[in-house]
Amino acid sequence: MSHLLEVEDLSVRFETRRGKKVQSVQAVGGLSFHLDEGETLGLVGESGSGKTVSSLSLIGLIPSPPGRIERGRALFQGEDLLAMAPSRLRRLRGNSIAMVFQDPMTSLNPLLTIGRQLTEVAEIHLRMGRREARRLAAERLGEVGIPSPEARLDAYPHELSGGMRQRVGIAMALMCRPKLLLADEPTTALDVTIQAQILELLRDLQERMGMAIVLVTHDLGVVAGMADRIAVMYAGSLVETGPTEAVFRSPAHPYTRGLLGSVPRLDGDPNRALDAIEGQPPDLAHLPGGCAFAPRCPGADAECAARPPLDAIGEDRALACFHALAPREEPTR
Amino acid sequence: MSEPFLQVRSLTKHFPIGKRGLFGRPGKVLRAVDGVSFDLERGTTLGLVGESGCGKSTTARVLVGLHEATSGSVKIEGHELVGLGRSAWRPWRRRLQMIFQDPYASLDPRQSVLSILEEPLRIHRLGKPRDRRLRVLSLLDAVGLDPRHAQRYPHEFSGGQRQRIGIARALALEPDLIVCDEPVSALDVSIQAQILNLLKELQGRFGLSYLFIAHDLSVVRHIADRVAVMYLGRIVETADRDTIFSSPRHPYTRSLLSAVPLPDPVAERARRRIVLTGDVPSPLDPPSGCTFHPRCPERDRVEGRRCESEAPALLGGEHECACHLTES
Ligand SMILES: Nc1ncnc2c1ncn2[C@@H]1O[C@H](COP(=O)(O)OP(=O)(O)OP(=O)(O)O)[C@@H](O)[C@H]1O
Ligand SMILES: Nc1ncnc2c1ncn2[C@@H]1O[C@H](COP(=O)(O)OP(=O)(O)OP(=O)(O)O)[C@@H](O)[C@H]1O
Ligand code: SF4
Ligand code: SF4
Ligand SMILES: [Mg+2]
Ligand SMILES: [Mg+2]
Repeated sequence: MSHLLEVEDLSVRFETRRGKKVQSVQAVGGLSFHLDEGETLGLVGESGSGKTVSSLSLIGLIPSPPGRIERGRALFQGEDLLAMAPSRLRRLRGNSIAMVFQDPMTSLNPLLTIGRQLTEVAEIHLRMGRREARRLAAERLGEVGIPSPEARLDAYPHELSGGMRQRVGIAMALMCRPKLLLADEPTTALDVTIQAQILELLRDLQERMGMAIVLVTHDLGVVAGMADRIAVMYAGSLVETGPTEAVFRSPAHPYTRGLLGSVPRLDGDPNRALDAIEGQPPDLAHLPGGCAFAPRCPGADAECAARPPLDAIGEDRALACFHALAPREEPTR
Repeated sequence: MSEPFLQVRSLTKHFPIGKRGLFGRPGKVLRAVDGVSFDLERGTTLGLVGESGCGKSTTARVLVGLHEATSGSVKIEGHELVGLGRSAWRPWRRRLQMIFQDPYASLDPRQSVLSILEEPLRIHRLGKPRDRRLRVLSLLDAVGLDPRHAQRYPHEFSGGQRQRIGIARALALEPDLIVCDEPVSALDVSIQAQILNLLKELQGRFGLSYLFIAHDLSVVRHIADRVAVMYLGRIVETADRDTIFSSPRHPYTRSLLSAVPLPDPVAERARRRIVLTGDVPSPLDPPSGCTFHPRCPERDRVEGRRCESEAPALLGGEHECACHLTES
């Protein structure tokens, strides 16, 4: 069976000049994952692990220079997004593939009314007339829970609260009913009560429209509630992927386990010290030769001086580690 | 009854906004802190939670003397701090320290760690230069940094390490109270846990009291003994940690708790959520009566539209709540 999106061996490098020295870092190294219609993949990892770069590369938005896609394929409905003519990619973007960012102002123009921005999308991608586009824009604003949408069409972005702006960003992304939504930390800047509104909205829209979502987040709670499958990144590489429930119940990678152990949780024992991951986050410019997690890994040994490949382990799971943790039946707490 | 270590009563901080009107009439007033009361016992941690803009940082800044209170009272061991002049503040400054959210912005990039940590000792004329240096080295050790790195500059450290430097600086003067304003919010989870564990360890070791500010309730639950929930400049509920998490009484606290995502797919999907409608209102123009009423899912249970007209008082002894529903 072919997937809606199939990413294989995606590698992205940044070359930045500091005075005379050129610093070259591999921001994403050999990323592979797939996604089916109506499915949500949670892409998690710490700051700098390559989540944003990965999702931007799929839609040709890597700043270049300094960025460069070195290798890889990203088949979307059978077409390779990475090898596509820029004009074709532009047409897909905003149409069958849409993006929502952490800061909604990334996609909104502060000088134009939100009505103008929404109708523009419909005019370009759906070839609608002004009147029809405006009607659709109001409909989409209504869908994302903005009260009295017609009246809101004439508002400027700064007249709206952060939560409302994010709703407008989502409405804009959904204008053309995309098949794939790339959502990069869509709720990170919002308060929890507003985050709950937005996540509920995404779940609801997904159920009705059957779109697939790549949800980039560092919040394991958000992943737990939203994602069917999870992909964990560390230092630009995928270290573990699989169905969310299975990975949370029994993480196979020491980093995934560390991450799960280090989040304080509302339903855990508050008096127990958190299982912090020792050491510091990796510096992409100075990664160790073998497994990037080795300097912080309690189970590292001589074998880990080589780079562990991402291998299938069991059904729909893959792992990049020489010493998989033993499966667990009981949930981690 | 013995006096609490820190007692805050009806504290307000209002900011005048914009130009003064014609004929010198005052412009608008932003009620950032609008009647905050709580106690903090020595050696314990009070968690202060609430959404963005509700006045947590402003409360913190008033407590450590970075802002002057508009009105109200702040007492430490019975001594009133509100209204003290500059020189009268000086001895208190030593005892009240603060840790900030942004470890990058709060450290001078041109100073070495050694000199950053020596500075408060120098200003307060504590010890001879040699003793100061030794003290700095032992501080670095206490917060889990390598004393051999004392000559390095802030940019040579990671975010988590810089927060450790911020903590060491707060510890330098042997304070009684440290106000921690979102100290782990900017850090990755794996590093958050290190810092939380460190703060707990230091508390035990030095008998510190913490006012710990956060918007993440899971973090607060991990570190606090008591919790105060703030909404639009006021405390709406306080209780000891286990009580507030197991039986919250204020409708806002309840919805806040139900909105926190659990890192557990099974539990998360089985959960019933109270999703609030509407946005957080502006402190420039707070709603009448109970300021939560435009978003409150329970307000219809109160008779005679009281929620819209009458502000509920914070009542109830050990478990305080400001809601008409819990008054009797
Ligand atoms: N414009 C750029 N120029 C140079 N390097 C870059 C640029 N953008 C990203 N990088 C590099 O790529 C790495 C991955 O960055 P990316 O933004 O994908 O991380 P992320 O996982 O999204 O982190 P965060 O959680 O902080 O958003 C960074 O560590 C950085 O080294
Ligand atoms: N110096 C100031 N002058 C005017 N208004 C201010 C000032 N400092 C804070 N405010 C306002 O006071 C209100 C409370 O701000 P405060 O920073 O205390 O909130 P907070 O609870 O710490 O929020 P966050 O979670 O976003 O840090 C906000 O509306 C803010 O805009
Ligand atoms: S490969 Fe080795 S160092 Fe890397 S995560 Fe696995 S056990 Fe740890
Ligand atoms: S006083 Fe009324 S509006 Fe306020 S929290 Fe209680 S029920 Fe809700
Ligand atoms: Mg990112
Ligand atoms: Mg603040």
